[in-house]
Amino acid sequence: MDVNAFVEGFGVVLQPSNLLFCLIGVLIGMFIGVLPGLGPAATIAILLPVTYTIEDPVTVVIMLAGIYYGAQYGGTITSVLLRLPGEASSVVTVFDGFALAKKGKAGTALGIAAIGSFTGATVSIILMSLIAPLIAGWALGFGPPEYAALALLGVLLVATVGNGNALKALITAAVGLLLATLGRDSFTGTERFTFDSLQLADGLNFVVIAMGLFGVAEILHNLEQRAGKAQPPAVVGNVWPNKAELKQSSGAIGRGSVIGFVLGVLPGGGAVLASLVAYAAEKRRAKDPSRFGRGAIEGVAAPETANNAAATSSFIPLLTLGIPANASIAMLYAALLIAGVRVGPSLVEDNPDIFWGVINSMYIGNLFLLLLSIPLVGIFVRLLRVRPAILAPLTALITVLGVYTLNNSVFDIFVMMFFGVVGYLMKKTGFEPGPLVLAFVLGALVEDNFRRSMLIFGGDPLGFFTRPISATLLVVFVIVAVLPLVKLVLDRRTAALAHDNSKREDVTL
Amino acid sequence: MTILIGYVPTPEGEAALDAGLREAGLRGEDAVILNSPRRGVPVDGSLLDSAASSTLIQRAKDAGVTATVDQAEHGSHLVDTFVSLAEKHSVTLAVIGLRRRTPVGKLVMGSNAQRLLLELPVPVLAVKPS
Repeated sequence: MDVNAFVEGFGVVLQPSNLLFCLIGVLIGMFIGVLPGLGPAATIAILLPVTYTIEDPVTVVIMLAGIYYGAQYGGTITSVLLRLPGEASSVVTVFDGFALAKKGKAGTALGIAAIGSFTGATVSIILMSLIAPLIAGWALGFGPPEYAALALLGVLLVATVGNGNALKALITAAVGLLLATLGRDSFTGTERFTFDSLQLADGLNFVVIAMGLFGVAEILHNLEQRAGKAQPPAVVGNVWPNKAELKQSSGAIGRGSVIGFVLGVLPGGGAVLASLVAYAAEKRRAKDPSRFGRGAIEGVAAPETANNAAATSSFIPLLTLGIPANASIAMLYAALLIAGVRVGPSLVEDNPDIFWGVINSMYIGNLFLLLLSIPLVGIFVRLLRVRPAILAPLTALITVLGVYTLNNSVFDIFVMMFFGVVGYLMKKTGFEPGPLVLAFVLGALVEDNFRRSMLIFGGDPLGFFTRPISATLLVVFVIVAVLPLVKLVLDRRTAALAHDNSKREDVTL
Repeated sequence: MTILIGYVPTPEGEAALDAGLREAGLRGEDAVILNSPRRGVPVDGSLLDSAASSTLIQRAKDAGVTATVDQAEHGSHLVDTFVSLAEKHSVTLAVIGLRRRTPVGKLVMGSNAQRLLLELPVPVLAVKPS
């Protein structure tokens, strides 16, 4: 690790303007973390156009990153106090968090969650500071074939790793890949699927699609949700957990950090998956699993630690390989593209201020969050007094204005609305928009690099297997693709065998 | 025969509650305490939890009045909830608390108190905190 660059990164973060935007970012993050229905991906999408006016790309990314990890803190508050998960990554916190609140220990649950979040994030940042430059250095040797294989593996992982229906995720990812082919071919200039429309000639803008699928679709979906009955404001008592509670949850926090870090790096993983897995792991390890769901402090500590650790570590593939691991990170990728920064393994060398500035801003941002999250709980709960009927038109207005300012194009507004409706229908039918957006981003990477490699190999596809890294990646790709099928066949066979056995028993009887 | 008391945990609400309970004691009638949350909001700051509502009922009991707490929701017009409760409980008097509003504030935000005074079909007693 280049210690000088690391220290200079702190110099970048400590500039007053960057500190200010870091604070603004984490505050917005907490704000939208509290509001159910508005996730970090949607918020970053909506706020992207606002960031054009900021000159320095470092400042933009510091703020947007703050939104992403800040949202993980905010989601906890409503999960614990009101049984309303503000974020998808805080859904599992509801079970034990709300049970603790009913016992009058809401403060303790929030305190443990804040400590866990801080620890998880910090462990993750330290590991990232150590590992990221190594990965970037190793990836410097990547040529087009390696990138093509890596992006292809990324598409597959995005579709299979996520939670939910793998088949539906594969379908959405395939649609994303198809959409990526729209527009003028970058090698030959042939127009594809443009229907002679000038507006489609440059292909679809990634930001427009994301704003539609996350922003507009989210707004439509929320409008449909019937609001539950209003709840009285909750009172938060003593925040500091006692020694026994700290001791009880320290193991969960440690394991949550590791689980979160590992799952955050995986494409398609991220905070949501990490929180689910960490909760399940704690429940499995516990001597008395029945405590979970009835106010086990580990049930709050583990998922809250893991989601912050994952939110942090999911920056690794972006900053070192230029591959976004989940939807929120994809929005950050878009921000960097708009700012004209080439994201990839050379980022550490070319723009050390961005690389280390972003990583080091997380140390500071998490400190802000730890200090702010508990004292501001009252204010954040107050936010929920705003009716969705007021919030929805405001967000819709900002989204439409924002997408127009991207290219001053009215056509973009219609494209966004189209994808808004598509995203809404996808939500209704159980398709996640995440894989589509990620496959769209990765699709362009796969295509460009595949065509470039074919030029290198003189049109021989076996060339991919002559290079060690691309060959390994492709083998992993095949394993990941075939494994579920093999498992399916094996399951069927064992089921059939069991069936046969029972028949035989019938005969002997 | 009941007396309807509009209550929120503020000095105005307290004044209305005191006056309403006193009036109910004098007339020998029951009281319905209306603590109405806004429809559609996840959290309402003036909504009472169950402990606070039982304190209110206990306070009424101490004043010699049988009271119930009703937490019917209200939409854009609070007065509708008052009217429906007034019909349901055959209310003889509604008691509300008044607060100071500037003319501009009233123009922008409107005034629930004014609507109640003008539109409720039963007599309205409006009190101010001391």
